[in-house]
Amino acid sequence: MNFPVFIAGTGVISAIGNNVQQHLHALENGTAGMDNMTYLDSVHKHRLPVAEVKMSNEELAGLAGLPAYISRTALLSSIAAKEALEQSGINDIRQWRTGFISANTVGGMDKTENFFIDFLKDSRKGRLRNVVHHECGAATEITADHLGIKHYVSTISTACSSSANAIFLGARLIKQDILDVVVAGGTDALTKFTLNGFNTLMILDQQYCQPFDENRRGLNLGEGAGYIVMVSEKIALSLKQGPVCTLSGYCNANDAYHQTASSPDGTGSFLAMKGALEKSGLQPGDIDYINLHGTGTQNNDIAEGTAIKLLFKDRYPKMSSTKSFTGHTLGASGGIEAVFSVLSIQHGLVYPNLRFETPMKELPFTPETVFSKGQPINHVLSNSFGFGGNCSSLLFSKT
Amino acid sequence: MYIQAAAGISPQRSFEAILMQPECYTGNRLTCCEPDYAQLIDPRMIRRMSRIIKMGVAAAKECLQKAGWEMPDAIITGTAYGCLADTELFLSKMVENKEELLTPTAFIQSTHNTVGAQIALLLKCHNYNNTFVHRGFSFESALLDAVTLIKEEEISTALVGGVDEITPVSHAILSRFGLYRKDDTGSAALLDVPGKGTMAGEGALFFALSDHPSGNDYAKLDNVYTFYKPADIAEVKDHIVSFLQRNELQAQDIDLVISGENGDVSNDAVYTALKIGVWNTVPAVSFKQLCGEYPTAAGFALWLAVHILHTGKVPGLTPATRPRRVLIYNHYQHIHHSIYLLTAC
Repeated sequence: MNFPVFIAGTGVISAIGNNVQQHLHALENGTAGMDNMTYLDSVHKHRLPVAEVKMSNEELAGLAGLPAYISRTALLSSIAAKEALEQSGINDIRQWRTGFISANTVGGMDKTENFFIDFLKDSRKGRLRNVVHHECGAATEITADHLGIKHYVSTISTACSSSANAIFLGARLIKQDILDVVVAGGTDALTKFTLNGFNTLMILDQQYCQPFDENRRGLNLGEGAGYIVMVSEKIALSLKQGPVCTLSGYCNANDAYHQTASSPDGTGSFLAMKGALEKSGLQPGDIDYINLHGTGTQNNDIAEGTAIKLLFKDRYPKMSSTKSFTGHTLGASGGIEAVFSVLSIQHGLVYPNLRFETPMKELPFTPETVFSKGQPINHVLSNSFGFGGNCSSLLFSKT
Repeated sequence: MYIQAAAGISPQRSFEAILMQPECYTGNRLTCCEPDYAQLIDPRMIRRMSRIIKMGVAAAKECLQKAGWEMPDAIITGTAYGCLADTELFLSKMVENKEELLTPTAFIQSTHNTVGAQIALLLKCHNYNNTFVHRGFSFESALLDAVTLIKEEEISTALVGGVDEITPVSHAILSRFGLYRKDDTGSAALLDVPGKGTMAGEGALFFALSDHPSGNDYAKLDNVYTFYKPADIAEVKDHIVSFLQRNELQAQDIDLVISGENGDVSNDAVYTALKIGVWNTVPAVSFKQLCGEYPTAAGFALWLAVHILHTGKVPGLTPATRPRRVLIYNHYQHIHHSIYLLTAC
């Protein structure tokens, strides 16, 4: 009961594009998605830059083929998941045991926070349709129903590592022959709730973020969704276009240090990366590129960097944080970055870590600063670390 | 797969107390009987914890103590609503203060994986840690995650829990959806007096799952199966009949059915149909008169089932023989259906 897991399709929406092609274009041209806040209505709009998907809910609803009153979280999810499934070339998912495993951190909070304005004045007030999709699972079900996926549906929420864990579970259900096809990843819309939450933690950068830079000031929040389609070997062989790569390793470990802060030596990050390598049977020297968690906060980057220093000794792979393009998309980040990892293997790409200037004095390595293509990329490690010490690493390998 | 121990905080004081005299509730909600947390959690930690975190961490701690475990290989929780009180607190302050002068504590603790994370922190447990938040499948997803990890031999032990709380705000909002009784039926008569709506419930139930027998296990978990949005009662029946076939069982091989009636007429029609059409010869008991209706209520049913198999005693029923095989069937709002199969050890 240990079947290989192939990746057959990808779909993504974020501040730098509405589909995979637009993302490839933005990544190559170094176009970051941060800007002044336009769609989210917050008192912090002139102070805190964010990486918004450049469309209103009405426009997203048009693209998704769903009503505009549902949560932005679900709209983003449906658009990216649909692209992933279409791109996979699987004609009729109903003939397979198909699952949809999605992740998010605040569900329909973008609607709930507006409902609450009226509700707090009078508990009989506030439109119920703005709170009916509050639960995290509701966004998943809207997309699953939209795609016609019924066999297995689930939602994971482990803060910023959520969608890495969703992909991890999807792969395991294929390995165990419980499912044939899994669409897995995550989604999150920007909300005032998360913006203000991160603001109280004083980890939001008032400028555009500079991950892994000595003078980093914090993170920029983003939004979006990213999914990959994983299939069993049987399905992979039946597809016209061969699979791009496999998910060869994964690991979830807990830092068990603090509810929100990472341990100084990055214990959880180290264990997650080491565990993913062990699962795949690969050595640190086999890794060609690391898509860093790299939020741009003081705490994350030193913890993650220290763990990399310890694990890779003195032979460091190329690495970068694509959050310098997309901002930190929280529950979606593991999914979006899984898509970037697959594209890296597919097209031999290494992405730049935008705005990097000064090496961190504690670290003997620096992230990539230029876009390169046609590179021999066989193995990519993708890191996602979240609140509650939740650390997950995924390893993608060329077929 | 063995359930080595189970512990929980629910609207009932204990399994023994249910056998003697179950707690009864009036109005439209059942509230957890909370223990003296200082016996289970460091008082310095209790001070910062909201109610759901205390309930979850205390139940987890007690479950570990009963199993005699110091460190599980995995900590997996399921919660439909997450940490509601902290979410509401931060949200209310944000609206009232117009996004100014906020403090981080409620936001930090509002994260859905807080209970699982706090257990890890308490144990200094670096192992696998995951949280499922899929409405009426939250608890089943957590259990399936543990079962598959054990089958893959990635782990040999897992602490699995289902946690949800009622807050005044969530209760007010859910009441507006017409989910709860407007009459004074009360929990004791909830399932006997048909009506519109149910009573709200809550709970934190934890289980110590192991790949090997300990010699003193509560029960053996043979199978868990879920299905989503069946078209009609006929499809529900098909799922259950084929589940039994896959497990090479006929209805009469089951000694006891634990089913999820909640007192709402439209909700309960499917249970009645199954009683007539599938397990008409099998003794059956209900559980939501004890714990109320909530998305992870099946966790309470599992807790009840393992105690029944462990002690041979069935609340509200005097069985002819000691039950050896128990089936739980539950659905949440016709959307999320689950079946559990357990045997005595």
